[in-house]
Amino acid sequence: MSQQRDEAQVVLRLEGITKRFGALTANDAISFDLRRGEVIALLGENGAGKTTLMNILFGHYTADAGRVEVFGRALPPGHPRAALAAGVGMVHQHFTLADNLTVLENILLGTRSLWRPGLGRAAARARVVQLSADFGLAVHPDARVGSLSVGERQRVEILKALYRDARILILDEPTAVLTPQEADALFETLRKAVGLGLSIIFISHKLHEVMAVSSRVLVLRHGRLVGQVATTETDRHQLAEMMVGAEVTMPRLAAAVPGPALLTLSQVCTPDQGAQPGLKHVDLALHAGQIVGLAGVSGNGQAALADLLAGLTRPASGGLHLAKAVPQDWSPRTALAAGIARIPEDRHKTGTIADFSLTENAILESYGEAPFSRRGWMNWAEAERFAKQIITTYDVRCPGPDTRIRLLSGGNMQKLILGRALEPGPRIILANQPVRGLDIGAVSYVHSRLVAARDSGASVLLISEDLDEIMGLADVIHVISEGRLSPGFGRGEMSPVQLGGWMAGQGFEVTNAA
Amino acid sequence: MRLEPIANPGLVRRLGFPAVALAVTVVIGSALAMLAGADPFATLGLIVKGAVGSRFAALETLNRATPLIFTGLSVAVAFRAKLWNIGAEAQLYAGALVTVLLGTGALAWPALPLLAVIALAAMLAGAVLLLGPVVMKTRAGVDEVVTTLLINFIMLLVISMLLEGPLKDPMGMGWPKSAPLQKAARLPRLFEGLRLHWGFGLALISALVVWVIQTRTTLGYEIRAVGQNAQAARFAGIPVNRVLLKTAFLSGGLAGLAGFSEVAGLKGNLTLDLSPGFGYTGIIVAMLALLHPLGVVLSALFVAGVFVGSDSMSRAAGVPTYIADILLATALLLMVLALLLTRFRVVRD
Amino acid sequence: MEIFDILVSASFWAAMVRIASPLIFATMGELICERAGVLNLGIEGIMVIGAFAGWMTVYAGFGLWAGVAVAMLAGMAFGALHGVLSVPFGLSQHVVGLGVTLLATSVAYFAYRLALPEVTSPPKIVPFQPFEVPILSQIPLVGPAFFAQTPMTYLAFAVVAVVALVLYRTPLGLALMAAGENPASVAAQGLSVTAIRMGAVIVGSGLMAVGGAFLTISAFSSFFFEMVNGRGWICIALVVFGGWKPGKALLGALLFAGFDAAQVRMQQTPLGAEVPYQVFLMMPYILSILALIVMSRRASVPAALMVPFNKGER
Repeated sequence: MSQQRDEAQVVLRLEGITKRFGALTANDAISFDLRRGEVIALLGENGAGKTTLMNILFGHYTADAGRVEVFGRALPPGHPRAALAAGVGMVHQHFTLADNLTVLENILLGTRSLWRPGLGRAAARARVVQLSADFGLAVHPDARVGSLSVGERQRVEILKALYRDARILILDEPTAVLTPQEADALFETLRKAVGLGLSIIFISHKLHEVMAVSSRVLVLRHGRLVGQVATTETDRHQLAEMMVGAEVTMPRLAAAVPGPALLTLSQVCTPDQGAQPGLKHVDLALHAGQIVGLAGVSGNGQAALADLLAGLTRPASGGLHLAKAVPQDWSPRTALAAGIARIPEDRHKTGTIADFSLTENAILESYGEAPFSRRGWMNWAEAERFAKQIITTYDVRCPGPDTRIRLLSGGNMQKLILGRALEPGPRIILANQPVRGLDIGAVSYVHSRLVAARDSGASVLLISEDLDEIMGLADVIHVISEGRLSPGFGRGEMSPVQLGGWMAGQGFEVTNAA
Repeated sequence: MRLEPIANPGLVRRLGFPAVALAVTVVIGSALAMLAGADPFATLGLIVKGAVGSRFAALETLNRATPLIFTGLSVAVAFRAKLWNIGAEAQLYAGALVTVLLGTGALAWPALPLLAVIALAAMLAGAVLLLGPVVMKTRAGVDEVVTTLLINFIMLLVISMLLEGPLKDPMGMGWPKSAPLQKAARLPRLFEGLRLHWGFGLALISALVVWVIQTRTTLGYEIRAVGQNAQAARFAGIPVNRVLLKTAFLSGGLAGLAGFSEVAGLKGNLTLDLSPGFGYTGIIVAMLALLHPLGVVLSALFVAGVFVGSDSMSRAAGVPTYIADILLATALLLMVLALLLTRFRVVRD
Repeated sequence: MEIFDILVSASFWAAMVRIASPLIFATMGELICERAGVLNLGIEGIMVIGAFAGWMTVYAGFGLWAGVAVAMLAGMAFGALHGVLSVPFGLSQHVVGLGVTLLATSVAYFAYRLALPEVTSPPKIVPFQPFEVPILSQIPLVGPAFFAQTPMTYLAFAVVAVVALVLYRTPLGLALMAAGENPASVAAQGLSVTAIRMGAVIVGSGLMAVGGAFLTISAFSSFFFEMVNGRGWICIALVVFGGWKPGKALLGALLFAGFDAAQVRMQQTPLGAEVPYQVFLMMPYILSILALIVMSRRASVPAALMVPFNKGER
C-alpha cells in the first residue's frame, strides 16, 4: 500500500539520463525520483554534471539516452516550453532577466502567446502582488530590473516560476549571490513553497546549506550518481567524502610571519560603476608574508577594490601608497612594475585572449619588456621559451605552446595565468576568485601556490565569495559590504555567523562612528 | 540549431567549404549571365579573358589592383583591431587632395624628395581623417561605422566644392577637375615601356611592411590583442585607446596612399570620379584575404580581375557590368560563412 | 530675414514631412532590428532594392500599392539573408550588413540595366498623389505639412504608432526588447531567440525597403542610381538619436528633415548665392554626426546589440 502511495506522490522521475559532449560524459545513466513536498539537494563539485542534468530536464539540452517524466507523463526532449507547461520552473545561476524591462514585464515575458494583443497588465499585477505576499518575496512589480539588487533579482526569478504555476522548482546554486541572512530568507520561502505542496531541487556545493534545507541528498561525481541518502542519516563529513571521492583536508597553515606593509589604502573612495558599488573610505594594509582574505557577497565592491589594485582605476579620493612611494600614474603597467601580480576574476574574458596561443598569452603582461621585445621588435623565441617554462613548472596540460588557449580546460588556463603572474616573483598577489569553477585537484594546486608565495614573503589578497575558502586560507579577514571595508579579523577570531553579520552590513555604523 | 567549435579542423573541412563558396559564386554568376540572355560559359570565359587574356588586359588588372591593395590593407589593418573603418573612400580622397595641393606647383623640388614628401603628406591626410571617428569612439562611444560612412559623403562634397572652386583647372574647359600634376610629382613607370606605375610597387612594399609590423613588432601584437579581446588587453596593461589611434594612423595612412598612387601614378589630376568605390571594395578585398596583408595582394588582384574582366565582357556580351559587384558581394558573404563552418560544426538539438 | 520667411512658408513644412517620410519607414525598420539585438547595416542597400522593386512594379503596369508590397517583399528577402547569416550563424553584423548593402545595391542596378538597357533619361511613372484631408488640410502650416501628403506619408506615421504599440503593449514587443537586452531571458521561457531576431530583421528590412520605395513612387517618379545617397546611414544615426524609442526617433526624423528642407531653401537666398551649394548638402551628414556625439552618452543601447546568441554556450 505505502509503495503505491509513494508512487502517486512522485512528481518527477528521471530514468537513465545520459549526455555526452564529445569525449566527456557529462551525465552517465542518472535516475532518481522527486516526490511531492520534498526538497532534494543535488550535491557535487563544479563540473560534476549538475547543471547539465538540469538543462536536460528543462529542455535546453537533449539527452543522448534516458527519459524524463513529470506527473507521470513523459516530457518531450528539447522543448523548454513543454517543461514550463508541465509545471517545472527553473531559477538559473545566471539570472535570465532583461534589465530594461520592469519586474512585471519580466514576469509576463513568455506567459502569453506572442500573437495576442495586449498584456493584461492589471490582472497580472494583482496576481504578482498576491504571490509576493504568499511566499514572502518582497519586490516592487513596477521597478526596472536594472535598478534591483541581486537578492531582489533572485526573488523576481522565483516569482517568474511561481507565476507560471510551477509545481517543481529547480534552483541552481541560489545562495552563491546571497548573504547568509538573505539565504535564510530564501530558505524560509522554500519552506513556505514546500508547505503549499511544491517540490524543490536545490543544486549546491555548500554542505551546510544542503544539510539545512534538504530532506534527501543526491551526490554527483564525474557525471555519475554516486550516492543517495536521507539528510537526517548523514553528516557533512560523509557528504564531502562522497562528493570528492576522498576525505577533504584543508591545508594546514603555519602561522604567518607578517612583515612590513607593502601597500596601504587610506580612506580611499572610488565612484560607483552602474550596479557595482564603489569603495567608501576604505583603509587596508597588505603586509609581506600574509594572506588577507576579502569576504563578502558578490557585487559589494570587490570589483572596485580589485580594479583599483590591478591599476584599472584610480582613487577618486584618499591615498594609495606602495612601500616605496605614492605612484604617480596609476595604471596596469605601473601596478605590474610595482610588483603586483594579478589573477583576474574572469579568466576567459579578462585573463586570457581565447584565440591567442599559450605563448602569446604568456607574455600578455610583459611583451613590452626585454627579453620578449627590444625597441618595438618581438623576440618570439624568448616568448616561446618562457611559455614552455610555465608549462613545465606549473604543470599546464596542453599539446604545446602554439595551442590556442581556448582549447584548454579552465584549470589549465588558470595555471597558465598563475604562472604568468608568479614567475616574475611578485611582491603582492591579487587573487580574485582564483579557484572558481575549478575541480578539486586544481583548487588545491592553486591554493598551495598562493600559500607558498606567502611563505616566501609575498603579500596575498584573496578575494572570494566562498567563506570556507577565506576562513581556511586567510591570516587576516576583511569583510566588504556596499563598498565599505570591515576592520581586519585574525584567524579564528570570528565565527561564520559573525562574518555573515558583517557581510549583511551590520557593524559598519559602529566603526564609522568610532 | 547550435554551433559547436571543432578543436582541430581537418584539411578537407578547411579547404572544402571555401571551395564550395567559390563554386556557388560561379554558379550564381552563370545564372545571372543566363538571365541576361548570354551563354554562361562564354560569359565566364570572357571575364577571364578580359582580366588576364592579353598583355593589355593583365596590365589593366594590375593597375586596377593597385588602389585596391592599399584600401584592402587599410581595412585589414583596422579590422584586425576591430576598428570598423568604412571610410577608406574618404581617406583615399584626402590623400588625393593633398597630392594635388602639393604637386601642382606649390613645391618646386626634384622628383624624389617631392614624391616622398607628397606621399607622407597624403598618408597624414588619410590618417587625420580617421582620427576624428576614432576619438569619437574612444571618448564618447560613438560607433565608428556610421561616422566613417557619413564622412565619405562629406568628403566627396568637399572635393566637389574645391574642384568647382579654388582647385578648378583654368584650362579644364569648364570641367570640374584639378590642374595636372607637375612632371616631378608623377610616379614613374615600374618598367620601361610597360603601362604600370610605381604605385603598384609601393603597394607591394606596403603589404610587406604591414605584414612585418603585424607579426614582428610589439605594435602588431598590441593590435591583435586589442582586436581579439580589448578587455583582456586593457587588463594586461596594453593602452587600448592609444593602440586604436596608432591603428587609425596606419589604416588611414594606407588609404591616403591609395589616393596618392592613383593621382600621381595613373590619372595625373583629381576628378570626382577618381575612385569608383575603391574604399568600399577594399572591405571585400580585406575580408576575402582573411585580413592577412599578403593575402590582400592576391585578393586585390582577384577582385580587380573580376572588375576589369566584367567591364570587357559587358562590352562584348551585353551583360550589365554590375554582375561584378554581385559576384563579389556574394563571394564575400559566402566566404565569411564558409570560414565559420571550417571552425564550427552545426549541431541540431 | 530669409530664414524666418522660410520657416513660415507652407511649402517648407510640407517638404519637411515629405523628406522625413522615407526616413521614418527606414528608421522604424532599423529600430526594430536593433531592439532585437541586430545592427542592420544592410539598410542602405535594402532601401535601394526597395526603391527599384517598387518603381519597377509600377512601371510594369501594376498598381502603386502593389509596388509598395513588392518593395516590402524584396526588402524582406534581403532581410532574411541578413538574418540567416547574422542570427543563427552569428557572423559579424558589420561584415554581413555591408555585404548585404553591396549585394542588394548591385542586384538593383543589375536588374535595372537588364530591364532597361541603354535608356538615357530614366523613364517616369505616375507616383502617389497628395490626398488632402478635408478641413484639416486648411489649417495654416500644419495643414499642408500633415494633411496634404501622399497616402504613403500617412502610412509612415501609422507605422510609428504600430511599432510603438507593439513594442510596449504586446507580448511580442516584450519578447523583442528582451531579445535585444538579454537573450537568455527569452530562451529561458522556451521562446526562440533565433526566431524573434530573424523575424525582427525580416520585418525591419521590409520597412526599410518601403522607405526606399517612397523615393521612387511617392517623392519622385523615376529610379536612378545613387538616389538613396546615404539615407540609410542617416537612419542608423536617427535610431541612436531617438534613444531606440519610436516616438523620439520620429521627432529626430522630422527635425532632420526640417534642416534638410531648410538647407535646400537657403540655397535660393542671397546667402546661398555666396556659399557653395555643397556646404548646404553637407549639413545633413554633419548634423547626423553631431547628433551621434551628443546622444551617445545618454542613450541606453540595447545591452545585447551585436552580441550573437549561441544556445548552450558557456
